[in-house]
Amino acid sequence: MNRFAALLDRLAYEPRRNGKIRLIADYFRHAPDPERGWALAALTGALSFRNAKPGMIRQLIAARTDPVLFALSYDYVGDLSETVALMWPAPAAAAVAEPPTLAAVIDAFATLGRGELPELLAGLLDRLDETGRWALLKLITGSLRIGVSARLAKTAVATLGEVTADEIELVWPGLVPPYEALFAWAEGRGPRPETENPAPFRPVMLAHAIEPEDFAGLDPADFRAEWKWDGIRVQAVRSAGGGEAVIRLYSRTGEDISGAFPDLAEALDFEGAVDGELLVLREGRVQSFNVLQQRLNRKSVTARLMAEFPAHIRAYDLLVDGTQDLRSLPFAARRERLERLAARHRGGRMDLSPLVGFASWDELAAARRDPAGHGAGADAEAVEGVMLKRADSLYLPGRPKGPWWKWKRDPHTVDAVLMYAQRGHGKRSSFYSDYTFGVWNAAGELVPVGKAYFGFTDAELAQIDRFVRRNTVNRFGPVREVTHTATEGLVLEVAFEGLARSTRHRSGLAMRFPRIARLRWDKPPGEADRLEALERLVAEPAPSPGRGQRARSSPQQEPEHDG
Amino acid sequence: MRPEDLLISTPQGLYSPAGDFHVDPTRPVARAVITHGHSDHARAGHGAVLATAETLDIMAIRYGADFAGTRQAAPFGTRVEVNGVGITLHPAGHILGSAQVAIDWRGLRIVASGDYKPGADPTCAPFEPVRCDVFISEATFGLPVFRHPEPAQEIAKLTDSLALFPERAHLVGAYPLGKAQRVIALLRAAGHDRTIWLHGAMEKLTAYYDSRGIGMGDVRPARDAAAVELAGSVVICPPGAMSDVWSRRFPDPVTAFASGWMRIRARARQNGVELPLILSDHADWDDLQASILATGCSELWVTHGQEDALVHWALLAGLRARPLHLVGYGEEEAEAAAPETAPAAAPTDTPA
Repeated sequence: MNRFAALLDRLAYEPRRNGKIRLIADYFRHAPDPERGWALAALTGALSFRNAKPGMIRQLIAARTDPVLFALSYDYVGDLSETVALMWPAPAAAAVAEPPTLAAVIDAFATLGRGELPELLAGLLDRLDETGRWALLKLITGSLRIGVSARLAKTAVATLGEVTADEIELVWPGLVPPYEALFAWAEGRGPRPETENPAPFRPVMLAHAIEPEDFAGLDPADFRAEWKWDGIRVQAVRSAGGGEAVIRLYSRTGEDISGAFPDLAEALDFEGAVDGELLVLREGRVQSFNVLQQRLNRKSVTARLMAEFPAHIRAYDLLVDGTQDLRSLPFAARRERLERLAARHRGGRMDLSPLVGFASWDELAAARRDPAGHGAGADAEAVEGVMLKRADSLYLPGRPKGPWWKWKRDPHTVDAVLMYAQRGHGKRSSFYSDYTFGVWNAAGELVPVGKAYFGFTDAELAQIDRFVRRNTVNRFGPVREVTHTATEGLVLEVAFEGLARSTRHRSGLAMRFPRIARLRWDKPPGEADRLEALERLVAEPAPSPGRGQRARSSPQQEPEHDG
Repeated sequence: MRPEDLLISTPQGLYSPAGDFHVDPTRPVARAVITHGHSDHARAGHGAVLATAETLDIMAIRYGADFAGTRQAAPFGTRVEVNGVGITLHPAGHILGSAQVAIDWRGLRIVASGDYKPGADPTCAPFEPVRCDVFISEATFGLPVFRHPEPAQEIAKLTDSLALFPERAHLVGAYPLGKAQRVIALLRAAGHDRTIWLHGAMEKLTAYYDSRGIGMGDVRPARDAAAVELAGSVVICPPGAMSDVWSRRFPDPVTAFASGWMRIRARARQNGVELPLILSDHADWDDLQASILATGCSELWVTHGQEDALVHWALLAGLRARPLHLVGYGEEEAEAAAPETAPAAAPTDTPA
């Protein structure tokens, strides 16, 4: 456990991707089986400590510290595990026993009953130092947050020998911890592990966001364009091989989400693997992401939910046709096979995402500006931009730069006034980084319309943080209310993707993906936008052209569903 | 008589109505007592300044010889009277020349401790608890999550890394006054005898420490270093310089940061620090409690930092305690923790 804790500690501070890979690989080289296999499971998120709830950790620390001091500390540190690791009263040095192994920790959590866990955990924490306590708590609460993706950990395994990370991705779905066969293969000591999943996930290919300067080097004739639908990227795999058909729907990270969409899975009758967008269609029309969202993250999938929110796939690509792997064919050839597959598909619930014709970048820009007039018709509201794919692009896992680009629509923007600020968690802890902002209503009052916690640079964060600390008018726990009158306060230019009616917010509106586009130190709060302007946007789907998207130093990904 | 007749908090900082002087005022005043040379406590433009000789020297280095109308050096332990109010300076253990200000009047004694730490520090006189009725404490690290490790253990992280990456320069962010010289002194104590390269912002102050008998060894300006000399060397710079153009001259450096804030992982990560060194010139949670209790005070006033937690602890410990909500202190450390400072023209720089 010590060695693994030290690895996590180093990883937490190592910014370089290659540095992280080297650190992990170095650990794998020196740690024995099965310890390193459990570590790989931890790094790839394959472990589940279902019984270790944050509530149990809170109870343990509550029994050992003053509640007010704990609350203040937790608010300051912004991370439960770290707070507890730092505050945990260490036992007398003489009482400290040998620290436990990772395998022993995992085994204990897997076998002990819920009632025995608090005592076990307290005993483990007593035997570890600050770093060890932090690593253990991070591990069992499933929030390592050390900037290591499953992909990166697999890449580190690949560097042990001649195997590539993509080859590991392909065998991965059939593997279980502690991965001794995988390490043996990677180190050239054993055969390639066989995958037993009849409908396996294929690592998804992702696109880079295109910047204006990128177009200069690109020839329109080399590319095909299609709409970027505002849904959830999925991979549908169906294998009829021999017996009963196996149908799986995967998220773009390879998570099996079939259980949430039985209506869709049942309808599919092709054989192969389709890459597409999961959408809700009503009477043939694609619904907005807001509608789709109402179907997501539901604990139970009821008949009513399925009837109200029928799930569809709009197909982009074909990775496997029958049993033939097409990923090493060019996009144009795969597209042809996809068109044929879509034409003969009888199950419904799946259609083809059309190509967008264009001869020049200007023509494509026009289509992007006005999807309704360029073939998207009534579905234009669900278009969030265009995708550019080289006709000769192979289907490559990950986000290779060059073959695919995404060109999203410009966001809406609004000038709003900062009203409340809260300290962030995780990386942003101890900085006021979560902002509630408002616009003026007809009565001349500010009403909150949204919250944003990114989009700004580090320098801007420091400036806002200082503004908040110096202009606090009220404190509510971790939240500070800041000056917001017509003449004094901070105006934020907020960019967002869309607006929906909401009963949860006082303004009656909910913003989608809001982020801070610019700080308007120059603008008096009295000149910020008015609620009526936002109300009009709810009815008006397309953002007005010319309200440009500003390039930020560290653009944030719109989470998960974005390709 | 109430302590408030002797000392109150004002928008300019602590003020003594009876003695008509300020302690560490944030704006120019007629008469100021200065605890130490950090710029959030020591500002230029006062009429008369009373401080230790070292603090006066440091202010002259930073602001020029004419930083105040008149300057009066007070040795530790010597009582000076101003308008009938007694002022005695005592070592605070924070940086070279740092002092606590004991103010006595009609049998009442209030100690304004400025910034302080009771831990060992080879660069300054050790903190000395002073018996008093009211103790005024900072609370920069006033939360139970702050327990500073042994300085030698933190410096060992740096020397271990130098051994592990002998081809890389080790860029250590440290506040130019106090922390930089303490890092150098600790490295020397650990046996590191190579040239230590300095950012321009700390050359004069480091030379001053050396002139006061705190051996800095072979220190030279980083701008004079050849690339080959920097491999495996320590370079000390202000935290802000780690992320600005200045640092680009060092190919693939290991970035370290010496600060008590490094105890919080998110702080280290925010600053892109790869080698956090938990090294503070402020009292940690345990030190704050021990120092406050050692004064025998019945009342605690808390100036800046995590005042809520320290006040809560003090109330539980049976003291009268309250926060002063002083504005304008702690910016040194706050800025040391943020790589980029706000542009001077930003409207946020005007305290509201």
